[in-house]
Amino acid sequence: MAADVYKQKNEDVPNGSLVPPDRQHAERSESPTPGLAQGTEPGAGQEGAMFVHAKSYEDLTGADNQDVIPRSPYQTEGAQDELTKMEEISKDFSELSTQLTGIALDLEEEIRQNEEDKLDLSPQASRRDSVLSGEEEEDVTMETWRMHQKHVFVLSEAGKPVYSRYGSEEALSSTMGVMMALVSFLEAEKNAIRSIHADGYKVVFVRRSPLVLVAVAKTRQSEQEIAQELLYIYYQIVSLLTWTQLNRIFQQKQNYDLRRLLAGSERITNNLIDLMARDPSFLMGAARCLPMPAGIRDAVSSCLQQAKAKSLVFAILLSKNQLVSLVRKKDQFLHPIDLHLLFNLISSSSSFREGEAWTPICLPKFNSSGFFHAHISYLEQNTDLCLVLISTDREDFFTVSDCKRKFQERLKKRGVYHALLEALHTPFYSASQVGIPELRHFIYKSKSSGLFTSPEIDVPYITEEEKERLLGLYQYLHSRAHNSSRPLHNIYYTGPNENLLAWVTSAFELYVCFSPLGTKATALTAVNKLMKWIRKEEDQLFILSPQTY
Amino acid sequence: MALRELKVCLLGDTGVGKSSIVWRFVEDSFDPNINPTIGASFMTKTVQYQNELHKFLIWDTAGQERFRALAPMYYRGSAAAIIVYDITKEETFSTLKNWVKELRQHGPPNIVVAIAGNKCDLNDVREVMEKDAKDYADSIHAVFVETSAKNAININELFIEISRRIPSTDTNPPSSGKGFKLRRQPSVTKRSCC
Repeated sequence: MAADVYKQKNEDVPNGSLVPPDRQHAERSESPTPGLAQGTEPGAGQEGAMFVHAKSYEDLTGADNQDVIPRSPYQTEGAQDELTKMEEISKDFSELSTQLTGIALDLEEEIRQNEEDKLDLSPQASRRDSVLSGEEEEDVTMETWRMHQKHVFVLSEAGKPVYSRYGSEEALSSTMGVMMALVSFLEAEKNAIRSIHADGYKVVFVRRSPLVLVAVAKTRQSEQEIAQELLYIYYQIVSLLTWTQLNRIFQQKQNYDLRRLLAGSERITNNLIDLMARDPSFLMGAARCLPMPAGIRDAVSSCLQQAKAKSLVFAILLSKNQLVSLVRKKDQFLHPIDLHLLFNLISSSSSFREGEAWTPICLPKFNSSGFFHAHISYLEQNTDLCLVLISTDREDFFTVSDCKRKFQERLKKRGVYHALLEALHTPFYSASQVGIPELRHFIYKSKSSGLFTSPEIDVPYITEEEKERLLGLYQYLHSRAHNSSRPLHNIYYTGPNENLLAWVTSAFELYVCFSPLGTKATALTAVNKLMKWIRKEEDQLFILSPQTY
Repeated sequence: MALRELKVCLLGDTGVGKSSIVWRFVEDSFDPNINPTIGASFMTKTVQYQNELHKFLIWDTAGQERFRALAPMYYRGSAAAIIVYDITKEETFSTLKNWVKELRQHGPPNIVVAIAGNKCDLNDVREVMEKDAKDYADSIHAVFVETSAKNAININELFIEISRRIPSTDTNPPSSGKGFKLRRQPSVTKRSCC
């Protein structure tokens, strides 16, 4: 156990070497493309990675899962026992949920009517609320509340509500109390509750002292993926408070109402949950780059690199959750999770559109005990180009602000600003550019650079539901490929509306969506053609020469 | 024409309209669905006052509890502080009194305090009487004005009044633009791995 912990810790340390310490040899020999060792696949950086090296998805969860969940030595013997207990609990749980929603329909109607009346009477009151919390809270006794695809709850160990995706926390305090009871009940026996599967729902628990996170989902995601999303939400909360502060608060006062400190952050968490259902970055554990000519990207990166200050650790230029350039301090690596949290923070608030924001932010994967200070601003009010400068010194606002000014001046002086804006006009390429008729969409991730590329989701996936369904299919393939007990390297999936192929090697991951009329043989030739195309276009699609300070 | 830099910070409870006041002043715009400020936001605007140009360096702070500890960083070194409350919410006026106390204890000695009762367009749901607020402001020698960022009422007047109250150049030498010394806190964590 002790040795295990040590090993996990060790893997977490950002290391510059791209070669994973173990497992690689075996995987490489199994790989169908022995020529593509890690670091040489399309999209691999020439001068090293920008991110903490994450071999795969398991890296992001594995370490976390193991160091917290207490492992009982009697686990195997107790398994049967546990199962029956679990069944009991899930029965209790479903009974409870019917209790909570067991209000006659006409009564519901009446309540709704009353509420509407109330709204009409006090437009000002509702307007004021909207300034504070964004939108009206949903009634938790309604059928519509129950019908949501995915609920997320965060509670403290004292069972106090911290966050609920739908409905007000107050109205859910008894439900959250039950959740905490379930967790404690199993912990009393030195076990840990991971999930309950019942009636098409998965109830997934993630315990991160002093918080408990619970998801109730009827999506196709695996338990592991839902747990990963909950972890993201946990990191989101840590990024606002730091792990140190979070712990200190609950040490001082066990029944503290954390909502006080998190006030106003609900929209950030809501946005994160929505984004995870739409943006494959989270599933891939990687970042997507804005496609642009390599020469222009390099020029932008060097302008960004030259506008440096002593306290700057990371400088990130992004456009709508796509990376344009990233400069980091030598020997300091950003973790993809931290980058995603930054993307989410920026996309969740319009308040960065005006002026220059200066805010403390904790990058939990980098250092969960302290704050960085982020200077966040858009280059121009009407573009989507957002610059994030991460400094260690909270008094350094004016120095950092000056870096932004210098960066902009340099961009204009070198004449790349116009070309940069040009690239913003085509933030996505189309799958048809690859020239494979049956190809609809794909996701390709280079493991060593932590970057992925993907065309625009196009016809026939036009509606939001269809887009989310496609991502759901990728999630399904991803979970099969990364199943911890039986990982798969190649998957060919035939469905009624499309055929999908997944190919996971030690160097890259590829998920491809074809029209349902294609065959496996055509898919295989198509994949080879696609790989060649990605290789040909790699300098546009990826950041091949990242800069450091 | 002489240029003077005036550092101003906005304080007050969350949702009272600090950012809206700043946006109205700087951009002359109003967004009813404005998102809460994260951390603090910095903006500048230059206006003419008598025979001088006054460049306002404005720190619009977030009103939320978790950012509260950062406030001293912004009001230290400020020439003026605008404390905003919402006339339709009594409790935001109590928060304002706490801010006044904090400024008296920890703020710079000569800081000009301005009190802005925002959302005066919502007169029919008013909870704080204008007279009560005015009396309170007089008792602490603060500027007082009721504003509406939405309807652009008294926003420019608020800043003009600040210009008027701030002592003339002789007592307040122009700073280099780099000024605004933010307080150093020893506990700021420097880079480290894990």
